[in-house]
Amino acid sequence: MDNSIKITPNIIAEHGLNAEEYALILDIMGREPNHTELGIFSVMWSEHCSYKSSKKWLKTLPTTAPWVICGPGENAGVIDIGDGKAVIFKMESHNHPSYIEPYQGAATGVGGIMRDVFTMGARPIANLNALRFGSIEHPKTRHLVAGVVSGIGGYGNCMGVPTVGGECEFDAAYNGNILVNAMTIGLAETDRIFYSAASGIGNPIVYVGAKTGRDGIHGATMASTEFNADTEEKRPTVQVGDPFTEKLLLEACMELMATDMIVGIQDMGAAGLTSSSFEMASKGGMGVELDLDMVPQREPDMTAYEMMLSESQERMLMVLKPDCEEAAKAIFDKWELDFSVVGRLTDTGHMVLRHKGQVVADLPIDPLAEASPEYDRPWVKTVAAKTAATVTGTVARQQPLEVLKALLATPDLASKRWIWEQYDHMVMADTVVRPGGDAAMVRVFGTNKGLASTSDCTPRYCFADPIQGGKQAVAEAWRNITATGATPLACTDNMNFGNPQKPEIMGQFVGCIDGMGQACIALDFPIVSGNVSLYNETEGKAILPTPVIGGVGIIDDISKCATIAFKDSDHILIVIGDTLGHVGQSLYMKLAEPDNKTTYAPPLVDLESERTNGDFVRQQILAGTVTACHDISGGGLLIAVAEMAMAGNIGVQLDPAFTEDGSINDWMFGEDQARYLLTTGPDNSQALLQAAQSAGVRAMCLGTTGGETISIDQHGQVALQDLRACHEGWMPEYMAI
Amino acid sequence: MKARIHVMLKNGVLDPQGKAVQHALGSLGFDGVNEVRQGKIIELELAETDTEAARSSVDEMCRKLLANMVIENYTIELES
Amino acid sequence: MKTAVIVFPASNCDRDAQVALRNTFGSEPIMVWHGDATMPAVDLIVIPGGFSYGDYLRSGAMAANSPIMREVVTQANRGVRVLGICNGFQILSEAGLLPGVLMRNANLKFICRDVWLRVERNDTAFTALYTQNSAIRIPIANHDGNYFADDDTLAGLNQDNLVAFRYCDEGGNVTDGANPNGSLENIAGIYNKNLNVLGMMPHPERLMEAELGGTDGRPMFQGLVEVLAA
Repeated sequence: MDNSIKITPNIIAEHGLNAEEYALILDIMGREPNHTELGIFSVMWSEHCSYKSSKKWLKTLPTTAPWVICGPGENAGVIDIGDGKAVIFKMESHNHPSYIEPYQGAATGVGGIMRDVFTMGARPIANLNALRFGSIEHPKTRHLVAGVVSGIGGYGNCMGVPTVGGECEFDAAYNGNILVNAMTIGLAETDRIFYSAASGIGNPIVYVGAKTGRDGIHGATMASTEFNADTEEKRPTVQVGDPFTEKLLLEACMELMATDMIVGIQDMGAAGLTSSSFEMASKGGMGVELDLDMVPQREPDMTAYEMMLSESQERMLMVLKPDCEEAAKAIFDKWELDFSVVGRLTDTGHMVLRHKGQVVADLPIDPLAEASPEYDRPWVKTVAAKTAATVTGTVARQQPLEVLKALLATPDLASKRWIWEQYDHMVMADTVVRPGGDAAMVRVFGTNKGLASTSDCTPRYCFADPIQGGKQAVAEAWRNITATGATPLACTDNMNFGNPQKPEIMGQFVGCIDGMGQACIALDFPIVSGNVSLYNETEGKAILPTPVIGGVGIIDDISKCATIAFKDSDHILIVIGDTLGHVGQSLYMKLAEPDNKTTYAPPLVDLESERTNGDFVRQQILAGTVTACHDISGGGLLIAVAEMAMAGNIGVQLDPAFTEDGSINDWMFGEDQARYLLTTGPDNSQALLQAAQSAGVRAMCLGTTGGETISIDQHGQVALQDLRACHEGWMPEYMAI
Repeated sequence: MKARIHVMLKNGVLDPQGKAVQHALGSLGFDGVNEVRQGKIIELELAETDTEAARSSVDEMCRKLLANMVIENYTIELES
Repeated sequence: MKTAVIVFPASNCDRDAQVALRNTFGSEPIMVWHGDATMPAVDLIVIPGGFSYGDYLRSGAMAANSPIMREVVTQANRGVRVLGICNGFQILSEAGLLPGVLMRNANLKFICRDVWLRVERNDTAFTALYTQNSAIRIPIANHDGNYFADDDTLAGLNQDNLVAFRYCDEGGNVTDGANPNGSLENIAGIYNKNLNVLGMMPHPERLMEAELGGTDGRPMFQGLVEVLAA
């Protein structure tokens, strides 16, 4: 692994570079690169670091709003929440490493996203994670679930950051490629936000945190290729997380950031020292000289190549103001972390690396960073499924409460308590709404404000119709935040797709982006940060298109926030929005006709009614007329009713005026969008219905809360404790085997 | 000199991790595993060259920090 | 009245304890860094939850051997009240201030959830405002909360009435089903012989406000304010 290695076509291919890209390298360098330089090009131009397939489309997303302080391009997005405070957040995938080694893969994913947030000056205050696993029958699924969940908990719990929400679904499309998307939200002062751009010729470049070992060399290129039978042999490239060191790094950085010594700071994530130093220099238009002998090393005899490409965790690179080294070092000494001046900023526009007295690499920064390839990959528009579905067969003929019991025990709808009880979701003592509801909520420390957060995506919709699916992911995140009474402010996207070199996969990507963009504009919900994970394919089989949306919103007074639990008897249950019984792509259909391979149309997303209905619901919550609120999503209306009843341990008598010509099951379990359930005190319901009418919002009484059962007029009843057994039973039983 | 310390739970102290490993072995079809006890090995590189001095110092390390005498036993191996 | 919170590397409930003390005592607690060799004179020392030293080796083991813990032991022996919560309980037991040990949870998993605790006695500084034998709802969040002690130690704890809290159901019944982690005799917290040191796995500082889901933790701090002022 040293610079005497001859650059052959084979070596170039091993670095994931094609002939055109190598020709571009020769052009930029004006000579043949040496091995270290080739390694640097390969990680900087990997899909993971360069977004070469996705850039063209990501640029089309709406990213601005008056409250957006910083959109995509930095470590995370920044929004203003008033009172001089900013929220900094992002979601990032760690899919490939988590499949290979679920505990460490998930743990380092959580560690990485937290660094992205605190490198900008924000103390992390909430974590979420969106997980997708293969079929529950697949032999690896249990092992992957157990490892991923304990890895996320192991890291987040030690860091003392509450993990408050997320999602977990199962589908055979993820058998060979699970998705582990982790989101962190941090809180900063608006006048103390730190960016990565370097400036000031001669200023010291400082390395802090853990030592560098041979971890995860070529992780970024691994995340940019398909899996094949050999991938499982790539174990040594998996990084190991040390949350203890990261907790110290967080506290040390917070202490340093309270001073005035930092010019720029960047965490060392994928592609480690290479990516962080290039990014800082390139953003500041500077040159860099690094002395690799000064890099703290965990293993003997590391080469320049290995140091530059190592993905050892818990490290940061920063540029300090002149003459601050001693004072800054004292802080890191206190926290017993390495602190080493590894280089200086120059005006050459070049990155020059020295090791053992020799120049081992000399690369022009701007051409490398800016001229990284950008592809307009061929794509074909996905033909949106148009077929309208009807459910037939034995399940369709069952009573709705029987179907409800069966649905509550399906992997997608069963309670995920088994997962979130392994996460400390209350540390920091500000958790207002714990996991298991719509959006989670944490109080903004030292204020009365609440920060709502959620992650959402319905991949089966995206597969059938990427544009509708893209819209729906954004709309559902917005709806979940709205259902707490909070105002949705912005979101982050984690785009998980298959191989972008296949036009039909690229078509899914383009379609989802189109739908997301439309919804973001209609709902004033810009995308301020994100991450792309492509090549989620195994032996040619791609995952479902999965553009996960992580959303945040704010409520001024946490005492006004709504939760899903029924609060008392004799409250009136009201459904907001049109219930049409759309069963295509519904979980009810999946249960009733598991072998039906027809791609039916997913529910349409009418952004205008999303907006109108959501704004109405939020106004009602803030006005204090709503006693409980829940958005209606996967599983449909009756699932949402059951979740509200179970959460409050109060039953409900339903007397719905559904249309007699349709099937009651379609009506109860269809997944029409833009709907909410809410309850109101017995004296308020008429006023609320009238207010809805004047606002042009469809609202209808469904029934009255009370008792210990859910009953439907002329369709029987079921005890809450039986429902709870179905809902809570599935996951612990599944994982016990 | 190198010291290798084995720390094991005392007999009679429930070992949930050992039990879980035993269960897992059983479900993989490895029958006839009557008991599993899980402990840890700690390796030290010592500057000390005298075996007796090393043993007594490592012994103290074990009692003070490396083992919890309420639930754990330890043994020390020294290699020069 | 003066209070202190000890901060170890990777303590992570130090701020939570600080806020709880501030809001009940009405004054700022002193945050004491583990490397400090001296301990200011205070009336109450809180050892907060977290993962001191990453919980590496054994939970609490390395923190128990830090210089500041020698000071805490000295102060505890002088009668200063010491409250160890979660990792703080693990540290107190590793330091020998409390008997027994906290082992890995019986299900081997980290567990974060509200549990019910039966208040075994209310004649101590920590429980003065609770009703004896009542059930209070307090969350746990730990990986190593499974209390273990040998038979003699356990008999001694019972004989001297040193068990502070036992896991119970909502009605106050101490049952196997209410035991979240395999703790011997459902023990969730214990006192030292002089009743001035309490170690408990549950986190009273997390349920101090109705907006956050409950207030059953508040009487512990409020009671300490009253007892220490008397």
